[in-house]
Amino acid sequence: MALTKQTRNIKVLTGNYAVALAAKMARVDVVAAYPITPQTSIVEKLAEYIDRGELDAEMIRVESEHSALAATFGAAVAGARAFTATSSHGLLYMHEWVHWVSRARIPVVMAIVTRTIGTPWNIWPDHSDFLDQRDTGWIMGFGMDNQEVFDLVIQAFKISEDPRVYLPVMIGLEGFILGHTSMPVEVPEQNLVDEWLGPRRQGYVIDGKEPLALGNLAWPEDTEEMFMDIQRAMEEAKKVIKEVDESYGEVFGRKYGGLINCYRCTDAKFHVVSMGAWSGDIMEAINLLREEGYPIGLIRIRFVRPFPDEEIYGITGNSRGIIVFDRAISFGSMGPIYLDLVGGMLKHTRKLPYIRNVVAGIGGVNVTYEEFYSIIRDTIDSLEKGVEPPVFTWYHKR
Amino acid sequence: MTLVVPSKYKIPLAKPVAGVAGKTGTWRWIKPIVDNNKCVKCFLCEIYCPENTILVDPEKGVTIDYEYCKGCGICASVCPVKAIEMIREGD
Repeated sequence: MALTKQTRNIKVLTGNYAVALAAKMARVDVVAAYPITPQTSIVEKLAEYIDRGELDAEMIRVESEHSALAATFGAAVAGARAFTATSSHGLLYMHEWVHWVSRARIPVVMAIVTRTIGTPWNIWPDHSDFLDQRDTGWIMGFGMDNQEVFDLVIQAFKISEDPRVYLPVMIGLEGFILGHTSMPVEVPEQNLVDEWLGPRRQGYVIDGKEPLALGNLAWPEDTEEMFMDIQRAMEEAKKVIKEVDESYGEVFGRKYGGLINCYRCTDAKFHVVSMGAWSGDIMEAINLLREEGYPIGLIRIRFVRPFPDEEIYGITGNSRGIIVFDRAISFGSMGPIYLDLVGGMLKHTRKLPYIRNVVAGIGGVNVTYEEFYSIIRDTIDSLEKGVEPPVFTWYHKR
Repeated sequence: MTLVVPSKYKIPLAKPVAGVAGKTGTWRWIKPIVDNNKCVKCFLCEIYCPENTILVDPEKGVTIDYEYCKGCGICASVCPVKAIEMIREGD
């Protein structure tokens, strides 16, 4: 398609407003939502757009998050480009429907503004609510800054509505750190978004014209085959995510690298793996360490489902040490990204390097770039002396 | 505008056809009988019938497909003018 060169239009937006603007520019037809901190300002902004006549969409106010995703699902099944957003306890409350949407193979996009799960009651961000959804069959992307969050939401519709995928997509961003913090965001022209995104596509529509039964009783073999197809679609999604990142980059000028983003990886001998906003702090730490001669690079997870095991292996095949920072904990085990990474690496090799898991920032505890600097430097120094630090550490300092 | 583009994947979707469970009318032991003189064409029986065996014609009133009607009695229960009576099969 022939696209004209866009003029730069930079707005100062919070992460939540970036999400709302992206949903608006994707021309969502239906938004169903229930308020919860720190997500609320997304749907408030969308309500404002609708009220001002800037967005032609239905806002369905519901009595719970369970109904919010059910209504979003219903609208999507009927042929609407549908969107919702939630956080933490709201996400847990709709968890049943999270599974329903993916298993029905219906494209939907949802933003997750991450927040610690209570009790104790807590509104600060970690990744526990987001990563709790990792077995649901959703494609799961996570942004590092407000620009990426904006781009990811637009891309999420393209990925979700691709016939090779037909799975819902959730996009994560940390509450407050991104959600309520303003940053410059380059906003593309509406006509470019329209042209790039194209019309809504889905595998079936239930609109009353033809009777269809969705989700009725199926034999075990049929059921298993449907779930095996979700696994296949996840594999296809790896290609689609990369293609979408490429074509988005060509049209809008920003490519991120697909499933992962690499920072100073090319000549790195040691690697850090992380996801989300604190990756920016890790990049600061890596810059300091590089000045001191440490050969360290960052692999930032952009999509945790499907998990980028091949990409990570491709970069860390000869690594002398990997540190995986997890901002969630599977109690009684380890950090979820670490577990995926080690399992995923075993698909490609029997010779794993030393891989350390540092769980930190749980409950919204702030981890500074100086702390990342110390953890990374101490790990490398120790490995160079031939002493392996414990594989699992829950880092906590006050 | 929404494009329906089918995928290669197996989806939990079924197109209902008459009689997939056999002639379910044989399950019936009580039978709905309609008095179309009383019928006010409110469509409630048609809407509530869980087996989709009732059709209400705005002129002629109610017809019931006894091949598949299981005789649950919901139609008789929701009828606001008591135009449907449940009688024993064979009576």
